[in-house]
Amino acid sequence: MTALLSVDNLQKHFGGIVAVDGVTFEVHDREILGIIGPNGSGKSTLFNCILGQLQPNGGEVRLDGKDITGLRPSDLNRRGVSRTFQLLQIFPQLSVRENLILAGQEHQGSMVTRLFGARDAGMTPAAEKMIDFFRLRHLADELAGSLSYGQQKLLDAAMALMSGPRLVLLDEPAGGVNLTMLADLKERLRAINAEQGATLVVIEHNMDFVMSLCTRVLVLAEGKPLAIGKPEEVRNNPKVIEAYLGH
Amino acid sequence: MNARNVSLAILAAIVVAALLAAPLVLKSYGIYILSLWAVTTIGAIGLNLTLGYAGQISLAQAAFVGIGAYCAAILTKNGYPLPFAYVLAFASCFSIGWILGYPALRVEHHYLAFVTLAFTTLVYLIFRNEEWLTGGVSGIGGIPRPVIFGYSLKGAAEFYYFCLANLAVVSLAFWWLIRSPWGRAFVAVRENPIRALSLGVDTRRYTLMAFAIGAGLGGISGVLLAPLVQFIDPSPFSLTASLNLLLMVVIGGSGYFFGPFVGAIVAVLLPEWLRFSGGLYLIFYAVLVMVLMAVCPTGLIGLAGRVLKLVSKPAAPAAKAAMERTLERTT
Amino acid sequence: MTTEILQLIVSGLATGAIYALAAIGFSLLWQTSQTINFAQGEFVMLPAFFILIAGNLGLPFWAAALIGIAVSVLTLGVLFKWIVVDPMIRHGVMPLVIATIGLAIAIKESVKEFYSAQAQPFPPLAEATNITIGSVVFSLQSLVNLAVAVAAVVALQLFLSRTYTGRCMQATAQNPGVARILGINVDRMILYTFVINAALVALASILVTPIYLAKFTNGETLGIYAFIAAIIGGFNQVRGAIVGGLILGVLDNFAAAYLSAQYRNALPLLILILVILVRPQGLLGRAEERTV
Repeated sequence: MTALLSVDNLQKHFGGIVAVDGVTFEVHDREILGIIGPNGSGKSTLFNCILGQLQPNGGEVRLDGKDITGLRPSDLNRRGVSRTFQLLQIFPQLSVRENLILAGQEHQGSMVTRLFGARDAGMTPAAEKMIDFFRLRHLADELAGSLSYGQQKLLDAAMALMSGPRLVLLDEPAGGVNLTMLADLKERLRAINAEQGATLVVIEHNMDFVMSLCTRVLVLAEGKPLAIGKPEEVRNNPKVIEAYLGH
Repeated sequence: MNARNVSLAILAAIVVAALLAAPLVLKSYGIYILSLWAVTTIGAIGLNLTLGYAGQISLAQAAFVGIGAYCAAILTKNGYPLPFAYVLAFASCFSIGWILGYPALRVEHHYLAFVTLAFTTLVYLIFRNEEWLTGGVSGIGGIPRPVIFGYSLKGAAEFYYFCLANLAVVSLAFWWLIRSPWGRAFVAVRENPIRALSLGVDTRRYTLMAFAIGAGLGGISGVLLAPLVQFIDPSPFSLTASLNLLLMVVIGGSGYFFGPFVGAIVAVLLPEWLRFSGGLYLIFYAVLVMVLMAVCPTGLIGLAGRVLKLVSKPAAPAAKAAMERTLERTT
Repeated sequence: MTTEILQLIVSGLATGAIYALAAIGFSLLWQTSQTINFAQGEFVMLPAFFILIAGNLGLPFWAAALIGIAVSVLTLGVLFKWIVVDPMIRHGVMPLVIATIGLAIAIKESVKEFYSAQAQPFPPLAEATNITIGSVVFSLQSLVNLAVAVAAVVALQLFLSRTYTGRCMQATAQNPGVARILGINVDRMILYTFVINAALVALASILVTPIYLAKFTNGETLGIYAFIAAIIGGFNQVRGAIVGGLILGVLDNFAAAYLSAQYRNALPLLILILVILVRPQGLLGRAEERTV
C-alpha cells in the first residue's frame, strides 16, 4: 500500500504553548484513518497545519511524495485535498444546490473561462448526483440556513466531496448529530471510500463512530503520537487507556 | 409568478417609464440632476462591487472617477472621440486597482482602506499641481458633449438618455457578472473566506478582481461626468468625495443590486432638498449613516426588506424562501 | 549644514511625538477591541475647540485645558464607546469602520457649522522664543512639546508595565479571549483603552493646535498621520506607534524643508504605500500568521 499522505516530524507552537510536538505518520491510499485523543492533544492544529491554514514551525507534509508543507488551502484543494470544519461552515444564504455548485465550480476551467461560461459552470449534474447520494433531494432548493444541524453536517461533507478529492480530512463530522443521522453519515462515508476510492482522515471524539468506521486509528496526546494501529489494537493499548482515563 | 414578483415587476415598470418620460416634465436643471444621478450610480455600482460583494473598504472611488473625468476632458478637447476615453479610463483604473490591491490584500486589517486613503490624497495632489495636464486649480472647461453617429448629444435631454443608456448597459453587465460563477465566488469570499479557500476559491484573486473592476467602473462614471458638467476641476475628486460615495453605497444597501441606485438618490437629491438648512445636510447624512449602522447595517434596502417581512403574512416555507430570495442579496 | 539637519531632526521629533500620541491610542483601540477609528484625526482636532469654548467663557488657559481634557475623556472616550462602538461591534468590524467614517464627517461639519469655519489661534504651552545651544537654534515650543509628549508616553508605558491594571490591559490587547478566562474584566479594560485614547488625543490636541491653528479641517491631515504612524511602526505594538510617529515627524519635516511645497504632503503617503508593499507588518510588528 502506498502512502498517499506522509507527515514527518510536524511541529507547531503558539508562543510558549506547544500544540504539535513532532508528529509523524502516514496515510495509506484508500484507507480510513481516525485520529483521536483527549482535548487539547493537538488534533485540530495538526489538521490546520497539514491543510495550510497555519504555517507549521517544523517538519514536512508530503502528498504523493511531493512536498506540500505550507501551501495555501486553495492550492491544496486543487491538488485533490479537501476538508470539513469542526464549526459548521456552509453558506446559509445559498440553497443546498448552490452550495454544492460553489463547492465544485473552482475546479472547472480557469477563472476567466468560468466568467464567460455557463451560469453553473457545468456543475449541476454533479451537484444533483451528490444531492441524491446524501439523500437531500427534498431539500435541494432550500436555503442551507434553514436546514437542521444534522442535515447541514451532511451538506458540509457533501461540499467537501464535490471536487472529487482523493483525500478528505473531516474534523469532527459526528459532533452534535443525532443517532439516526450518525448511522446515515457513517454509511455514506463508507460508500464514498468504497465507490470513489477517496481516502478519509477523520478526527473524532465519538469512540463508537471512529472504531466502527476506521481501518486504522492514530492516537495523539499532548501533541505527540501515542499509538497507531487497527481499532481493536488501539482500544486495548494500555498507554491509550491511561491517556484517556489517567491524568 | 407570485404576487410578490408581480408587484415588484410593476414597480420596476413604473420607475423605468418615469425615468424615460422625465425630460417631458422637468426643466433642464431637473434633467441635469437626473443625469447626475445616473452617472453617480455607475460609480456607486463599482464601489458596491468592492464593498458589498468583496467586503473591502475602498476610499479611492472618487479618485478613479476623477481619473476617468480627466481622461475624457483631455482626450475630447484634443479631438479624440469619447470611446477612446472609455477604453483609457477603464484600462488605467483597472490596472491601478490591481497594482494597489495586490500588496494591500496580502494582509488583513483592512489595509486596502489605508492604501486607498493615501492614493486618493496623492491623486488629488497631482490633479491640483500638474497644471500642464489638468489645468491645476483652474481646471478644464468647455468639454464638448459627444456626437454619436453624427447625432449631437449637446441637449440636456439627449445627453440624459445617453447617460441612462450607459447606466442600463452597466447594470446589465453587473447583473450578468453577479449571476455568473464569479458572483457565487464573491458571496463565498464575503460570507466565509476560510471556507471558500478550503473549497479552492482563490479569495485573493476574486477580491482583487472585484476591486479592480469597481475601480474601472469609477473611471467610466468619470468619463460621463466630464461631458455632463462640461467643466472639471479637482474639487469633486477629493477624499471627502470618496467618503461620500462610500457612505452613499452603505446607505443604499451594500451588497444589494439596487443599493447603489437608492444610495445615489440620497446623495444627489439630499443636498438639494436640504439646501434650506445650509451645511447641516452633511451632518444629517453622517448621523443617518451611524444610526443605520447600529440598527440595520444592510442599508435602506435591507431595512425595506426587514419591514416587508414584518408586514407580510407568514407563508408556506418554500414560498417564503422564494420571497426572501427576491429581496435578498443577489447571488 | 549639520546644524540645520539637527534642528530639523529635533523639531521633527517634536511633531513626531505628537503624531505618536495619536497613533498609540489608535493602535490600542485596534488591539483590544478591533476598533478601527477612522475619526481619530477629528478626535485630535476636537479637544482644542472644547478648550476654546471654555476659554471663551472666561476661564484661564490651565482651567480651560483641564476642562477640555475632561470633556474629551467623557465624550471621545466613554460616550464614544457606549454609544457608537458597543452597539455596532456585534454587527462586525465593517459597520463600525463605516460608522467612524460617519462620525468623522459629523464632528468635522459640526465644528464648521456650530463654531467657525475660520482658523482660530490657540495658545501654545511655551512662548515662541528660541534657545541656542552652541550654534544650534531650537524653538522652545518644540522642546516643550517634545518633553510633554515624551513624559506622557513614559507615564503610559510605566502604567502599562508596572501597574496591575496596566498589565491586565496588555493581556487584553494581546489575547482578549485568554484574558477573559484568566478572570480579567475585559470590558472594563477596553473601556480604559478608550479613556486613555481620549486623554492622549486631548493632549496631542493641546500640543499640535498652536502650530496648525484650530481649524475644522485639521482632522484630515492629523488622521492620516496617525494611521501612517501606526502602520509604519507596526499595527500590533504600542512601541511601534511611538517609533512610527517619530520617524514620520522627522521625515515630514525634512520633506517640508527640501521638497516642493506642492508635493511635500505626498511623502508620508508614499511612505505608507511603500511600507505596505515591502513590510506590511511595520518596522516593529510581528509578521502575523498568514491569513491566506
